Amino acid sequence: MAALNIKKGSTSHSAYDLRDFHSEVERSHTLAVLVDNEAGVLARVIGLFSGRGYNIDSLTVAEVDHKGHRSRITIVTRGTVAVIDQIKAQLGRIVPVHQVIDLTTESTPVERELALFKVSGTGDKRVEALRLADIFRANVVDSTLESFVFEITGTPEKIDAFAELMRPLGLCDVARTGVAALPRGV
Amino acid sequence: MARQMTGAKMVVQALKDHGVDTIFGYPGGAVLPIYDEIFQQNDIRHILVRHEQAAVHMAEGYARSTGKPGCVLVTSGPGATNAVTGLTDALMDSIPLVVFSGQVPTFMIGTDGFQEADTVGITRPCTKHNWLVKESEKLAETIHQAFHVATSGRPGPVLIDIPKDVQFATGTYSEPKAARVDHYQPKVKGDLDAITKLVELIETAERPIFYTGGGVINSGTAASQLMCELVDATGFPITSTLMGLGAYPASGKNWLGMLGMHGLYEANLAMHGCDLMINLGARFDDRITGRVADFSPKSTKVHVDIDASSINKIVPVDLPIVGDVGHVLEDALKIWKSRGRKVNKEGLAKWWAKIEGWKKVNCLAYTNSEKTIKPQYALQRLEALTKGRDRYITTEVGQHQMWAAQFLGFDAPNRWMTSGGLGTMGYGFPASIGVQIAHPDALVINVAGEASWLMNMQEMGTATQFRTPVKQFILNNERLGMVRQWQQLLHGERYSHSWSESLPDFVKLAESFGWKGIRCEDPAELDDAIMEMLNYDGPVLFDCLVEKHENCFPMIPSGKPHNEMLLAADAEAFKSGATLV
Repeated sequence: MAALNIKKGSTSHSAYDLRDFHSEVERSHTLAVLVDNEAGVLARVIGLFSGRGYNIDSLTVAEVDHKGHRSRITIVTRGTVAVIDQIKAQLGRIVPVHQVIDLTTESTPVERELALFKVSGTGDKRVEALRLADIFRANVVDSTLESFVFEITGTPEKIDAFAELMRPLGLCDVARTGVAALPRGV
Repeated sequence: MARQMTGAKMVVQALKDHGVDTIFGYPGGAVLPIYDEIFQQNDIRHILVRHEQAAVHMAEGYARSTGKPGCVLVTSGPGATNAVTGLTDALMDSIPLVVFSGQVPTFMIGTDGFQEADTVGITRPCTKHNWLVKESEKLAETIHQAFHVATSGRPGPVLIDIPKDVQFATGTYSEPKAARVDHYQPKVKGDLDAITKLVELIETAERPIFYTGGGVINSGTAASQLMCELVDATGFPITSTLMGLGAYPASGKNWLGMLGMHGLYEANLAMHGCDLMINLGARFDDRITGRVADFSPKSTKVHVDIDASSINKIVPVDLPIVGDVGHVLEDALKIWKSRGRKVNKEGLAKWWAKIEGWKKVNCLAYTNSEKTIKPQYALQRLEALTKGRDRYITTEVGQHQMWAAQFLGFDAPNRWMTSGGLGTMGYGFPASIGVQIAHPDALVINVAGEASWLMNMQEMGTATQFRTPVKQFILNNERLGMVRQWQQLLHGERYSHSWSESLPDFVKLAESFGWKGIRCEDPAELDDAIMEMLNYDGPVLFDCLVEKHENCFPMIPSGKPHNEMLLAADAEAFKSGATLV
């Protein structure tokens, strides 16, 4: 017999929607949106968020299937259960969107972000920056006598923590890629 | 069979292949190659409009009265930007349109060329989808996809922007059936478990109501028939939004009239007090719900919609069914019949007794006059004198629109064309021409207000040129009636810029375009004047001078719940205090 087809919020563990639809609590969700890589598709997705008043905390886009011209847009957004459901439904009806995956419903996804940090300084501060970078497994990708550029990969939280530590040590520039994410397991 | 031809020829060929017989448009530099192809054929009739906005509204009228997509051709830059209001209107009301716009040649895009505009950028949020075609090899397939997207799932307007060099260039034309459309296939069948649950609710409900919308009409005439069958077989009361009028006949015994801000008392109170609300293809618009927190507080809500994003957008529902209304109704009827056609007869009898009580309030009552024509009276006479004729009605936006929805009855779908979601003044006149083009022998009447009507009056020339005998029934109160009503009720009677100054002499205006003009201001002469309009073989501009300060009731002030609606009698006592939205 076919399983009950419960639409919204069902999980692989329960046939029932256990979420509180009326909850006012906002939660961060990571959404993966698979789209045709055609002109204007990113503008459609971003226009939806600005036009309907949703927030984008982070956005990452790249073509992941060159043969099929398919891109993966990873969006970190924030909202109540009702708002997140609405965002997913609105994304789903954009014509070049093939699939919308909410990576946050089932379990926390694997999330990684890459960042480059330029830290300038001399003497003790420079030594301390290098020591901390080692602890965070950041690599030095550029070096002068007065500066380093560190490359660090990790969760957004880890990168935030590294940024906090680098600030008093002469942090002068940051570039972050935004989150790339995949669900855990198969 | 693949053939080589120019991009411009492909446009015309694709239109033919999609069965298009009419296109509404206006030429310009960037679409000259397409106009050249139109000149050299006779299969597709081109209707030359006087302004591109009107072209889109005409195509909307054509589409809504036929169920087929409407087609428009405009030039680049101003041609495309003028079309934006029409596109937005069609998007809000889910009307299938395929709009072609010319664009500067590909090598000039981005240089601020003459009559260049970022048309796909401007129209992205007001189309269901749009395309800029940069290669003639991709043009045919894009047009086929455009027709598919415009007409499948929740219908809507699409736009194809074609640079002039692509129109000149030669490419391969592919047939519609060869087009790749697999990536956009909205689900039409509803979930059977959910439909069974709906049937269970139908079997036990004590105070049920069908709340139906434009989705039933968009789904096609079969959906309307299935809905009538289910409504009549269950004996449930039915109300409809502005967009859904005609899907269930106004003469039907279960009909409660329109609901919403200016809906009928019995319809709104039945919505407020029901225990089962079955929403078929409507979207809980704010003009329907009033204050959402108090909207139908005790009901189990079922929502059937082909657009998943409509579900839980405004009102959380208990049983969502994503699918085409027609398919869902077919399954629901089958299951309900196979389970023995059960309803809660006792509960229903009590429910109808309550509804009959509400009907006795006679919420559309107004004080008639022997001296001036009341707008309600004018519409009652129009209704009486056109009864039994297959009549198409369009409207502009405002008081006259609400009165038309209240006082005119529609017994079939696709007979009522009005701008619902966007509320576009200036919609009705061009829409009436579009309807008449699609139905040359039908009686087509635009119920208008003088202020709205003036917004697209340039189309008088179009009506004359193409011999469309449209009847423009203008309820002329020399006011922006709905604005004036709100100012009276909610803004301390400060009538800021809400009167129509310097109006034309409508009879002379009519005559100057070769129309017939009729003016009427005496209630005693109204019937004869209306008959004169109906009997005239040609376009008529009917200037019906009506009471200037009549208000449209019932009315639910914005931010109030359904059970706090104002009737004409309450209005005097009403003190400003409602939320202004």
